[in-house]
Amino acid sequence: MNIAPSAAKPSFSWQFVVTLLMYGFMYIPILILAFYSFNAERFSANWGGFSLRWYVSLLNDSRIQSALLDSLRVAFTAVAVSAVLGTMMAVGLAKYRFPGKGLYRGISYLPLIIPDIAIAVATLVFLVSIGLSLNIWTIIAAHIVFCLAYIAVVVSTRLTGLNPHLEEAALDLGATPLQAFMKVLLPELMPAIFSGCLLAFVLSMDDLLIASFTAGDGANTLPMEIFSRVKTGVKPDINALSVILILVSGFLAFLSEYIRFRSERRRFRQ
Amino acid sequence: MAISSSTVEPPAPAHPGWQRHLTKLLQPFLLLAPSGLWLVMLLVVPTVLILELSLIPGFRLGQPAGGYGLGNYLQIFQIVYLQVVLRSLYFATGATIACLLLGFPVAYWIAIKAPKRWRNLLLVGFILPLWTSSLLRAYAWITILRPSGLLNSLLGAIGLPGQDWLYRSPAVLIGMAYSFLPYMVLILYASLEKLDRRLLEAAADLGATPQQAFWKITVPQTLPGIAAGGLLVFIASLGDFVVPDLLGPPSMTLSRLIYDQFLRFRNWGFGSSLSLILIFAVSVAIALLIKYGDRNAAQS
Repeated sequence: MNIAPSAAKPSFSWQFVVTLLMYGFMYIPILILAFYSFNAERFSANWGGFSLRWYVSLLNDSRIQSALLDSLRVAFTAVAVSAVLGTMMAVGLAKYRFPGKGLYRGISYLPLIIPDIAIAVATLVFLVSIGLSLNIWTIIAAHIVFCLAYIAVVVSTRLTGLNPHLEEAALDLGATPLQAFMKVLLPELMPAIFSGCLLAFVLSMDDLLIASFTAGDGANTLPMEIFSRVKTGVKPDINALSVILILVSGFLAFLSEYIRFRSERRRFRQ
Repeated sequence: MAISSSTVEPPAPAHPGWQRHLTKLLQPFLLLAPSGLWLVMLLVVPTVLILELSLIPGFRLGQPAGGYGLGNYLQIFQIVYLQVVLRSLYFATGATIACLLLGFPVAYWIAIKAPKRWRNLLLVGFILPLWTSSLLRAYAWITILRPSGLLNSLLGAIGLPGQDWLYRSPAVLIGMAYSFLPYMVLILYASLEKLDRRLLEAAADLGATPQQAFWKITVPQTLPGIAAGGLLVFIASLGDFVVPDLLGPPSMTLSRLIYDQFLRFRNWGFGSSLSLILIFAVSVAIALLIKYGDRNAAQS
């Protein structure tokens, strides 16, 4: 070919085609799920007309509702506790040197690395060996472990980009350490803490294994309920539930990106 | 307090010296002890406990424990269980290769070819599905792959015979690739974005074909990112429970075997040893990641 390839048309390379296909690969299954949630037909893939019957059947499904309630209870409690503990841990690790710090940091990464199934069985063995009866509180205790680890990681990332002299200046000007922390450091960390909380919330709502092993008979979270239903095939009301949950998580994702975008813009302006 | 002169005195320290010293010692303790205690109690001690159980052959809840021994670990070498381990490794390896092959062009196009101001948005758009439940994303594939599902309807529409897609190995690979592709793209992107483009231009000026430039410059320069992405996908798919259980054949993977040993057969000793094998395999992958991988990319 003697015509020089024009630089203005990079968009029709084969990488572009693959990229387009992969976007399709990521989104088409979700769209199909949404599409079928409005299908009046129960068993076949054929279109049986538009219907909201699966959404209505969700409204009358008390098992799903109580599972959702349990999940929300677990997620909100675990995230609230972890927000405090995880932030304290990130600040402590950023500010102080002490013997065994490497070990401490290493342990704090473990919940991100060890497969859920291994964490789940270990937690079960521990809870049984100290004779605790399993209920919703044992799920919360187990969720705090990974929630605080994720929040600490997100907050740590923000801390490394922070001006360390701000807090010292506050201390030099006579603020107590607590005042310096609350009035100077905490406002700077707020976007990161919030992002970390969103991430931890989504992970807690998504967890199947750890909850299954620490729930006992009393509690039943939403992933546990969904799993037991879809194990035996397609359930149209689960399609409807998926659409609702996907919309909620899409909103949370948007919120998280928006916060990140805003805090980054503010940081550039400074 | 009246300030008499124009010179402003520095305010007296709020605390006497010894008290300030004490708070300095106490602060790290107060900040780090609660989380540390929680992690030790609910993560370190439990792991030590399953280490102990794994050394008691055939330990079952509620039965008198026998002596220590390596029986649980030897049991893994029975053909049935070795097959489970190999199957898990096969799925994890397959998913890793699939994610690399599918993810590299995407990360490459976003990082190098896409208009600069769209890059962040394109990347966020690609990893957005990670925010939705992994359970529901696996479930979505049941709708597509089941015998009366969308794929077979489409095949039927163009006159091809339908196939049994669901509950077979390819379905697991599709599901895992679907679950972990965004991680791969994220990590490869971080690595490709740092690629020095002048090297590519120089190669082109010196007469290298795009293929040569790709294999001699792009791939070697992004090798740490490729290693990081590959190992992370490998770890995630090795421990995955949902995808093989919902989409795969009835024959088990490691995570399902552990699940059953604890919740169905109550053989906690054997389950613990399997669990430790899994932790060990993941630790090896992490060690490799730290040694060869792009740690900055992996952290993102």
